[in-house]
Parts: sequence; C-alpha cells; structure tokens
Amino acid sequence: MDSHSSALPPEKQPLLSPLAWKGVGLYAILCLLVVPLLHLLLDAHSPWHISAYFINLGGKILCYAIVAVALDLIWGYAGILSLGHGLFFALGGYAFGMYLMRSIGRDGVYHADLPDFMVFLNWKELPWYWTGSDHFFLSVLLVLLIPGLLAFVFGYFAFRSRIKGVYFSIITQALTYAFMLLFFRNETGFGGNNGFTDFKRLLGMSITTPEMRVTLFVLSALTLLAALLLCRWMITRKFGRILTAIRDAESRVMFIGYQPLWYKLTAWTLSALLAAIAGALYVPQVGIINPSEMSPANSIEIAIWVAVGGRASLIGPVLGAITVNLAKSWFTVSFPEYWLFFLGLLFVTVTLWLPGGLISLLSRLRKGES
Amino acid sequence: MRRSNPLTPPVCSFCVTFGERMRYPIFRQALCLLLLCLALLLPISTLQAAWEEQQAEILLGSDSEARITLLRQWLANGEPFAEPLYKALAEDALLIGNRRPLRKQDGQLFDLLGNQPLPEQELAVTAVTINNRLRREVQSGLALLRLFDADRGVRLAAANALQSKATLIMLPVLERALQQEKDAQIAENLRLALALAMLGSSDSQLRRQAVLVLAESATPTTKTTLNRLLLPGAETDREVVRQAEIALEKVNRRLLFGEALASLFSGISLGSILLLTALGLAITYGVMGILNMAHGEMLMIGAYTTYAVQNLFRSHFPQLLDGYLFAAIPAAFLTAAVVGILLERSVIRWLYGRPLETLLATWGLSLILIQTVRLLFGAQNVEVANPSWMSGGVTLLPGVVLPWNRIVITFLALAVLALTWSLLNRTRLGLFVRAVTQNRSMAGCVGVPTSRIDSLAFALGSGIAGLGGVAISQVANVGPDMGQGYIVDSFLVVVLGGVGQLAGAVWAALGLGITGKVLEGWVGAVIAKIILLVFIIIFIQRRPQGLFVLKGRQSES
Amino acid sequence: MNLSLPETSDTFFQGNSSLGHPLLPGVLDTSHRVILYLEEVTVTFDGFRALNNLSLAIDAGELRCIIGPNGAGKTTMMDVITGKTRPDSGSIYFGQTIDLTRMSEPEIVTAGIGRKFQKPTVFEQHSVFDNLELALRGEKRVRHSWHSRCQGEQRDRIAEILETIHLLPMARQQSGALSHGQKQWLEIGMLLIQEPELLLLDEPVAGMTDEESEQSAELFLSLAGRHSLMVVEHDMAFVSKLNSRVTVLHEGSVLAEGRMEEIRHHPRVIEVYLGR
Repeated sequence: MDSHSSALPPEKQPLLSPLAWKGVGLYAILCLLVVPLLHLLLDAHSPWHISAYFINLGGKILCYAIVAVALDLIWGYAGILSLGHGLFFALGGYAFGMYLMRSIGRDGVYHADLPDFMVFLNWKELPWYWTGSDHFFLSVLLVLLIPGLLAFVFGYFAFRSRIKGVYFSIITQALTYAFMLLFFRNETGFGGNNGFTDFKRLLGMSITTPEMRVTLFVLSALTLLAALLLCRWMITRKFGRILTAIRDAESRVMFIGYQPLWYKLTAWTLSALLAAIAGALYVPQVGIINPSEMSPANSIEIAIWVAVGGRASLIGPVLGAITVNLAKSWFTVSFPEYWLFFLGLLFVTVTLWLPGGLISLLSRLRKGES
Repeated sequence: MRRSNPLTPPVCSFCVTFGERMRYPIFRQALCLLLLCLALLLPISTLQAAWEEQQAEILLGSDSEARITLLRQWLANGEPFAEPLYKALAEDALLIGNRRPLRKQDGQLFDLLGNQPLPEQELAVTAVTINNRLRREVQSGLALLRLFDADRGVRLAAANALQSKATLIMLPVLERALQQEKDAQIAENLRLALALAMLGSSDSQLRRQAVLVLAESATPTTKTTLNRLLLPGAETDREVVRQAEIALEKVNRRLLFGEALASLFSGISLGSILLLTALGLAITYGVMGILNMAHGEMLMIGAYTTYAVQNLFRSHFPQLLDGYLFAAIPAAFLTAAVVGILLERSVIRWLYGRPLETLLATWGLSLILIQTVRLLFGAQNVEVANPSWMSGGVTLLPGVVLPWNRIVITFLALAVLALTWSLLNRTRLGLFVRAVTQNRSMAGCVGVPTSRIDSLAFALGSGIAGLGGVAISQVANVGPDMGQGYIVDSFLVVVLGGVGQLAGAVWAALGLGITGKVLEGWVGAVIAKIILLVFIIIFIQRRPQGLFVLKGRQSES
Repeated sequence: MNLSLPETSDTFFQGNSSLGHPLLPGVLDTSHRVILYLEEVTVTFDGFRALNNLSLAIDAGELRCIIGPNGAGKTTMMDVITGKTRPDSGSIYFGQTIDLTRMSEPEIVTAGIGRKFQKPTVFEQHSVFDNLELALRGEKRVRHSWHSRCQGEQRDRIAEILETIHLLPMARQQSGALSHGQKQWLEIGMLLIQEPELLLLDEPVAGMTDEESEQSAELFLSLAGRHSLMVVEHDMAFVSKLNSRVTVLHEGSVLAEGRMEEIRHHPRVIEVYLGR
C-alpha cells in the first residue's frame, strides 16, 4: 500500500524545528555565557555590567518560567487547571530550605545548633521530620519525593473519582489553602509565618558571593531548558497525543481502550515535580520561603502567566512568566497601587480577547508578513 | 462587734436548704421573695449611725491591725458614712477635724457625717494617711460597697467580680447585700460569692453548705474554686471533699452542656453567614453555572455599603443611627446587584460555557474590585458598629450568652433563604431562570429573554452576597481583603451541596458551620479548618456530584 | 504486533458445545452463539426506571437494530453495556464468561466492545490519521506510549481503514474541520480499527446525506458476520435498508422483536409509535 504514503503524514516528527534549535542555541549562549560573564568579569561601573539585582531577578523569573511550563503541561495539554501549583513550588522550596537552615549552623542569631525559630519557640531538639535535612543529597531527594508523593496520592484519588474541570481547580485551591494554614502554625515546625530565611551557605560556600549567584542563575537556566525539552519530547510522543486527546474528548479516549487515569497522573506528577524543582532553585536565590507562597492568589497568578503567554505552546508560558513578572517588578516600584489593576485587567483581557496568548499574536504577525 | 457570731446567719442556711432546688428558676424566685421578707423582719439596729469619737484616734494612729478592724466593722455594719469615708480614703482626701471625719473637696471641707460645708479656719485638721496594706483593704471595701449601688449594672459587675474574690471577712457585707438585693441574677451571683466566702470558714459544717451551693452553679469560676478546694491539703474535712467532688462533677457536666450549646449556636450563626454567601453562589454557580471568583468581593461591597450607610446616618441623621441597618440592607443588596450586572454585562457574558476562563477572568475582576475599594476607603479595616439594640444578648445559662447580633444574622439568613426560594419557585422570574438553566436555546425559542434573565439572575446572586456582607459587617472585620477569606469556604459549600439547588447549599452551609465550630472547640481553629478541607476532599471522592444531586442519564461528556 | 483477525475463525459461529469447553475468564467465549447477554437489567434514576428488567441477547455476527421512542432507554442500555452506568440489578455478559458489570470502560473496550456516541466524538485537534492511530488495537498503557511508533503494518492498516471510510485524502487534515457526516465516519473508522467483536452504534447516520447514509448501510452490512453490530437508529428508512432483526424498546424493556415487516404490523408497536 505504498501508494497511500503520500496522503499519510510522515512517520517521524522531529523533536524541534530547525528554527527552534537555533533558538535553543541562542538561549544557551545568552544565559550560560553572556549574562554570567557580563556579571562576573566586568567592573560594576561599566555600562555593560549586569548588576546583582538583575541576576537575582533573572534567576527568580527563570524559576517562575519553570513552574509556568509545568502548569502548561497539565493545563495546556491535559486540560486540567491546577490552582495548587504554588503548593508544589513552595514544598520544593521548603524541602530545600530545611537544608539551607541546617547549613546556617551556629551562625544564627542565637548561636545554637537548632535553627533560630526553634530556639525562639523554646524547642529542645529537632522534630523527627527534620532528620537528614543536613545532607545535601538527601534534601534534594526530599525536594522531589515530598511534592511528588503528595501529587501522586492526591492525583490518584482525584482522577480516579473523575474530578474534572472547575471542581478539580477548586479542590486544588482548597488543598493549597489548607497547607498554607498548616504552615502558618508555629507548631508545624517550619517557622510559622516567618518561614525560613537568613541563609548563610550552600554546600559549605557562602550564598552571597557573585559566583554562587551566577551558579544558581545558570542552574535555573539549564533546568528551564531541560524542562522545555522534556515536555516537548513528551508531547511529540504518542503520550502527548493521548494527553491532548483526553483534554478534548476524555470519554472517547476511554472508549478506544485507554485508561485516562494513568496518563493524567503521569503528567500531573511530572508537572508537580517540575514545580518543586523550580521552588528548590528559587529559595536560595531570593533567600526566603514562607507560607504566603502557598496562598491561593499565588497559584492563580501562575495560571495567568501561562494564559498570557499562550497555552499548549511550551514557549508561550515562558514568555508569559517573563512578561508578567517584569511588569510586576516595574509596577511595584513605579506605581505600586496600580499593579493589582493591571494584573486584574490582564486576567480579563487575556481571557476575553487573547485566548491564545502572546504566542498566538506572534504567529498571527508572522502569517501576516508571509 | 454587734453580732456575736456573724458566721451563722439565717440567710445562709436558707440558701443551703433550698440549694438542691435552686436550678429551677421558680424556686430561685421564691427564695428571693423569702429572703426579702426575712430582710424586712431583721432588727435594723445595724443601720444606725455609730461614729464614736475615740475611733478618730485609732484612724489617725499607726496600728494597721486596729485601723483595718475598724474599717471592716463599719463596712460590715453598713454604716451610712462608710461609703463616703472609703471613697475619701481611696482618694487620700480624708481628714479628721474636731474628731469627726471630714473630706476635702475643691478647697472646701465637708463633714462626712452630716455633709455640711465647714469653715476651714475654725478647725485644726489632720490628714489620714494610709499604707499599701490599708489601701488594698480600702479597694476591696469599695468593691463590696458597689454591691449597694443604685445602678443594676454596677451591682451585677461587682457581684460577678466577687465570685472569684470573696473572702471570709466579706461575709457580713455579702449577707447584707443579699438581703437587700431584689434582682434575681445579682442575687444568684451573690450567693455564689457568699459560698466562696464561707469556704474560708473554719467551721466544716459551713464549708459543706457552701459546697452544696456551689454545686448548683455552672460558671467556670465555680469550677476553679472547686478545683482549688480539691487540691491536696486544701481541705481537711473528708465530707467536704466528698461533697466537693460530687459538686465538681455536676458543675463540669453543666459547663460541658453549656459549651456544647454555645458552640452549636456559634456553629449555626457561622453556618448562616456561610449560607448567605453560598446562597448567592448557589444561584450564580449552582443554577447558572458561572464560577464567580469575585463573589467574595460582592460580600465586601455589601459590607462597605453598610459602612457607608452607617457614616451617612452618623453625619446626617444621628438620632436615627440605631436604625441604619434597615437602610443598609436594601442599599447593600442594590449596590452589589448593580456591580453584579456591570460585571455580567461587561465580562462574564462573553465567557458562558467556558468555566475555566470564567474562573480566571472573575479572579481578575476580584483583584480590580479589591484595589478600587482600597483606593476609595483605604487599605485599613473600617469600623462598623452594631446598633445599640443589637449589643448584649440572651443568657441561656450562666456563662452561655447568645449575642443579639448573631441571633439577628441567623434570622436574616433565614428570611433571605425563604425569599430566594420563593423567588425561584413561585415567580415568573424564577421560572425563567430555571428554564434558561435547563435549556438555554429552548427557553430562547419560547420567548424567554435569555440575556436579560442572565443579567437579572446574576444580579440576584450578587445582591444576596451583598446581604451576606451586611451580616458579616456586624460580626467580623470589614476590610478590602475580607472577601478572599470567604470564597474558599463558600465554594466548598457549593461543592459539598451539589450544583443546581438550594437545599444542598443550605444543608452544606449549616453542616460545615456547625462541624467547623465544634471541631474548633476541640482542636483549634486551624486544624479544624484543615480537617474540614480534608473531609471535603475525601467526600468529593465518594460523591463527586455533591450531597444532593439529581441523577440523570449520563450524557456524552 | 498481532493483526490477525480472530473473529474470522469459524469456531466463533459453530461452537462445539457438545464436547464442552473451558470457561476461561477474560477470554471471549461465544460457543453458545450468543455474544452479548443482558438479563433482567434495571437502572433507576431517582425513582425513574430508565431500564426495567431488560433482557436481550445478541448473536455472534448478528446485525441488530434497536428502535424505540424517546426515553425508551436506548442510550442508557449502551451506557450500561459499556460500563458508563452501573445497573442496579441484573447481569450483563459478553460471551459466556466476561461479566461486564465488573469492568471499567477501557477494560470493556479491550475485551472487544466498541461504541460510537450519539454525537460524533473525535479528537478535533488531532489529524484524521492521528485519530485512527490512537484507536489502533494494541498496548495502551502509559509506558508503551513513550516509545510507540506507528510504522509499516500499522500504517497500512490505517490507510486501509481510511479508504473504507472514504477519508484517505483528508488523512493529514485536522478532524475538527470535517463535516458532520465525515466525523461520523471517522468515529466508525476508529471503532473498526480496534477490531471489536461487538460494535455499538448510537444513531450512526444522523447528519449524513442520503448518499453517505447509503454507503453506511453497505458498510454495516459488510461488517455483519465478521463483527456483531448493535445499531440504534431513529431513521426507519435506514433500518429497513439494513433488513435485519429489530428490537423495539419501550419504557426500559423490550416491547417486540422480529423482522421489520413483522414489527411494522405489531399492534403494541403501532400503539406506542402512533400514540394512544
């Protein structure tokens, strides 16, 4: 039946188009070479020098972009809007924050073996769940394990009961709200409303040196790239086609013999893991983690990054995270009282007039040119 | 001392004899009458003025013991000059001149016995100075004297305070106060104070009687008293200990009952607030299928309207201030409804059938509303005062008070529920709303103006949320962010209750309210909230469609 | 990948019951000629009996039409067979051994029952080709979805089905752009490519032109014998064209069963259809 092959689509789909590979190369040169070198090598007075503030802001936004990609995987491709990704982000941050707290050692305000907040609360010893938090690799494992496990268990029960659409969104929102309340308590053992802060060193090295700053920035940039490639790989596989099929007609997927539960659960858990990794990278760069990261508002903001950039496009959420957060940094400095207006209008505008996000605008422009 | 044994007055034996029956109000009233009669029969010799001139020497002397005994004696006897004298002492304004107690006020001297102004130059006066021990004595004496104040409120507060402070030496004064007291509630408090005083006695018979009186009360103070009595070594008489144990058990049981009653009631009132918020949602989300994340902000708008109406009344009609709530109710409904219509017309209408987008857009609207209110009224919480008729409450049991504001809210919620139900089920608008929800295009075909119905129904839901805001303003803080705190709760109510009907929302709101409050008393507010959320998440697993769901043919997704 | 068609094997039509046969759970056994049993199935929605003691049997290789007025329980019956709705009582067996009431939807599909919905349901964002590829018979677990590639034989199989459903020229098109009738066909194609023993078709020709509907009738007739088919239709002309046994459902149970001509003259059926 070779005569048909002309009508059929090609057998192989490339991971990325040539243009996209060029983009990857450009990104790598910019984030892994240019920016670090401009920060490290140039004198602070040079007009080309990139200040510590911008490196930190950039690293922070890269972490946000990773969460946005993670949310896009589950919302854009599987149609499941999570309003609880801030929770996985924060849990990853907390898990790594525990390590950073232990690394302070006796250099805290109270010069004690225990973290400052425990001394303050008059605790005599570490709670059992802090065991092993002084080992770097164990902590990295926890960063993956805790949010991953939570996502898996929660997702299993939610998807098994076929909770969908807004119901799922509301329940994830309630989940992160519950965790926020839990972490606000001093008795929970994670520093109450102050959370963790005053980190001193990471792997024995001071956390405030330019080298450490650049290392964390480069690590974030690499993780974002890896996350993008991983997600791209997943969606070009049959897995991705089934995921989008579930989004568009879940009952049909079931009636051609797939069990949507496991597909959703895989995407969901992976997405939570990505968010957790982003959180772990975020904490040493901003130097603080507290329960407000788990507030429902934070999680919903992640959704707007994705929506602004454009769902189901992978590069869209990255664009969205960068645009919205740059705008936020600018507004909160220049017009703090108008930031919420802008954010609110952004929500309304994007959903009403730009459902495809910025990326659809770009592709429309490109079509107009050609 | 005029009475040979002040510790065995007839009054005490009375309250003890009838102690067992005092839990019944009718017996309490009968007892009070009896006490009153007794009081009238008592010899009134103690009421005669008795200032003996040599007492002035003691008062001016340095023997604290003697001075205190003297003061107590006057107080116990109820000398008419005792009160002004105590007051003057407390203010360091007591002088002795001509061996009579004088008070200096505004540069003038007054005779405390006759209250006549005296020419200063004729007298050689000496100021009475007191040390700290005496000062304490004077203070507690003044507290006792308040039991004889003309104002009921002052007497009640004094009697309340003495429940935990009474000592043996106050016994005569307390007895006298009890004889004179005509108010049943104050008398009840006085009896408890008396019993506490009797516990200090060395006569075990008297202590036993005291315990019997305490056994009939139900206040936390009595519990503390009894617990203290049962501390090892505190009481030597075994019979008293045994009685005290029985009494403690009785008091505890009554206290627990009271606590349960109180948390049930606060659960109901929390439930009625949830109900008001959820009722609006039951219409916008449950009936119309719009997931309005700005619903909490409708509450906020209602609450701020109440604040604005209150301020308007305060500045323009201060004599009607107590009635501002009646104007606030329609105003809040209308304001929230108008904002609702605006939102529906401008944004929400374009998003029908796209629930996730609606969720995001309305979240954006909520941010805009919050920031607008912040710019208009400031970021701080504003103060909404209860009308005076709503302060205070109904005392169910000693210690269990149902505040009026919560009672009013509960009834407001019930009234709104009844109105909404009849609006949806008994009017043409309701019929149209139900028609549009069930089959939009069909309803359109038979001439229902669907887009107007959408706006009206959304306005109704928002207006009801505005009423919820009025209710919340009476019991909780009013601030720009207040709506955010309720939105998670009220969505949970709708999720729990199931989509599409009011009954589910009602039961879910009450259930969540009551369970929440009961859990709160048990494990604390945060853990209670977490338990509830976990419960709901598990519940949704079992019944994804909510409590009350109409089963139907499963359509194709 | 095994692409042989077991249903062409003769034993499916001539079960040798006299010799006895092993009752293997999970293996389709049509040795008694019957492929689907519904016995006294009842489904209640809030007191309303959607199915009322419904008993029905479909033979292997049979083409059966189900008709009935609105609310007769046709779609509910399909829901019950495919595991979407659980019956309150009664039993449903696929062949002799497979108890459908205990299986999930995907398990039922894997066992060999395909279903077409009343409203055509295809993956609108996917190309026609992708739609068929996803529906291909084979391993459907997550870990196979990472490295599974559609090659050789499978592509031929898809091309074959595309030709059967007249969509070969549109293979690369997004299926959302197809006409209503073409979507119906695509959905039928997605069923065929699963090679199910039993096809449940809910109003398969709704929205089709006369010509398309004619072609559909031919297609279904050609499938009968190799597959068993259960067709729910309102279009009486189409049902007549199929010339098969017809079951009339009314108020959740079987009202009449027989050839179209017999049904047409059945007094109760006339009463139900023409009103009392």
